[in-house]
Amino acid sequence: MISQTRETEMSHPLLETEDLTVRFGGHVAVDAVTCAFDAGELTAIVGPNGAGKTTYFNLISGQIAASAGRVRLEGQEILGLSVAERCRRGIGRAFQLTNLFPDLSVLENVRLVIQAHYHNGLGLFSMADHHRDLIDRAEAVLERVRLADLAGQTVSELSHGNQRKLEVALLIALDPKVYMFDEPTAGMSVDEAPVVLDLIAELKADTDRTILLVEHKMDVIRTLADRIIVLHNGALAADGAPAEVMASDVVQEAYMGRELEDV
Amino acid sequence: MVTWLLSGDKPRSAILAALLIVILVCLAGAPFLFPGVRSLETAATICIFIVLAASYDLLLGYSGIVSFAHTMFFGLGAYGVALGTTHLGRSFGALATGTLAGALAAAALAFLIGLFSLRVRAIFFAMITLAVASAVAVLVSQLSNITGGEDGLSYRIPRVLTPAFRPFDEEVLGIRFTGKIINYYLVFFSCFALFLVMLRVVNSPFGRVLQAIRENDFRAEAIGYRVVRYRTTATCLSAAVAALAGAIYAIWLRYVGPDTTLSFEIMLDILLMVVIGGMGTMYGAVIGATIFVLAQNYLQNLMGAASEATHSLPLIPELLSADRWLMWLGVLFILSVYFFPTGVVGRLRAGR
Repeated sequence: MISQTRETEMSHPLLETEDLTVRFGGHVAVDAVTCAFDAGELTAIVGPNGAGKTTYFNLISGQIAASAGRVRLEGQEILGLSVAERCRRGIGRAFQLTNLFPDLSVLENVRLVIQAHYHNGLGLFSMADHHRDLIDRAEAVLERVRLADLAGQTVSELSHGNQRKLEVALLIALDPKVYMFDEPTAGMSVDEAPVVLDLIAELKADTDRTILLVEHKMDVIRTLADRIIVLHNGALAADGAPAEVMASDVVQEAYMGRELEDV
Repeated sequence: MVTWLLSGDKPRSAILAALLIVILVCLAGAPFLFPGVRSLETAATICIFIVLAASYDLLLGYSGIVSFAHTMFFGLGAYGVALGTTHLGRSFGALATGTLAGALAAAALAFLIGLFSLRVRAIFFAMITLAVASAVAVLVSQLSNITGGEDGLSYRIPRVLTPAFRPFDEEVLGIRFTGKIINYYLVFFSCFALFLVMLRVVNSPFGRVLQAIRENDFRAEAIGYRVVRYRTTATCLSAAVAALAGAIYAIWLRYVGPDTTLSFEIMLDILLMVVIGGMGTMYGAVIGATIFVLAQNYLQNLMGAASEATHSLPLIPELLSADRWLMWLGVLFILSVYFFPTGVVGRLRAGR
């Protein structure tokens, strides 16, 4: 019985979307995207602004309801589930615009994620500060993203770069099966970005996970990505190994314009 | 021990700590420190409104939910006790049954309201609570054969809790010790316990999630918290505590009526207490309720005296006339919101 279950799990990709579509009025923002993502793979999602990259993310993590299609996590349909439920099943999402708990401390932001993950029940009558294990885990995550020194700071007082790091920290704290990064280094200074990119490279080494990365910077894609998919007008325009996709003339001229030219 | 009682949530300001200790000592010793019917009445009202304001702060300050039905839940508890003793007779069992029934009814009603309206936008919840609260207030005044209508209900509580009960022939610490004082300590200790329980709840893992939802419900959902479930639980809890406060009030007053428990005026009072004291701080409810109830009870006297004292001057005695106390309370409120937007507690914690 057990081996059978394992077998069915093994035969499925970690995450797949099938004809995933969403329409806003007459506008088709994501158009029948069928794509599978395997464990241990980092897929860069590229395309011009408005191509539907973030919307595609929103459909997978549940912030937007799909008009048609399917999303399966380890073979299980998750499209009908709430955002919170999908998160519990292992869909983790970091946001393009910083989206934190601004009046709480850095540590508390991470601790809340850890609590969501490791604390069962509502916990009405125990003291939050007595759950030392949760705090220890949160501190370990902050250590990893080099934010440990700022643990006590209120988030709204952090620099933009540090807020971006915290955004990544929340995702790492969640420890999901599917990591979705939406331009993780946007607006970061040249010396701050490597910290985040190194972290993503570290995560990549973990073969149980799959990483989806929306990114514009070609040098980042070149160093990190195992695979590139190109979205254009909501539809899948290209899918393949980085060198292959970047070399294809169609992609170069029609879809990426100048963005793909060497920086 | 103190840290445990306060759930690790210290006042974090020397002045605030001092104020809280003064309030605690005054309330604990009220029958002996301020003998007299009126001051005991004021002390009991302060105790009860601290709990009521704190339970409202659990919603407004910690969860960011605006409700206008808080007096309805307060009233449910009070009417629970009134109906319990009216129908089950004069006993502690009847009081307990009424209290429990009131709290359960409040939690159940809050659950229904929450289920229907907390899924959608926050403003919708506020409107629903307003509608339900008005409907219940009308219902209570109309169903006079059950609720006593506008006249309310008077009932008899166990003799041990009434002024007629005199356990000692001689005076104790200079005052005549009656059942009313036992009743006061019932009020004081139940309110103290309820406040500490709420302080624990807001510092629990659950309380932390409420604050996260208040800050950013979108992200709270995205990290795996079922936001509706947390909001509904907070609403039920807050309603149940408000009902318990109402039950205590009913035991203290030996009377319930629409004006004392259900009126919209009380709703506004609670709102002012929480805002003046400082939202999302629990201790704010203590400060806010104390200031407010004291002002309500003594501002009139103070102003009367001031008016007397200045009777030779033009205009000023008019302004200070005791009938103008509400106007001054309004001025006090506007000034406090203007100068302490984070409330007294927020101001004290920020320092300087």
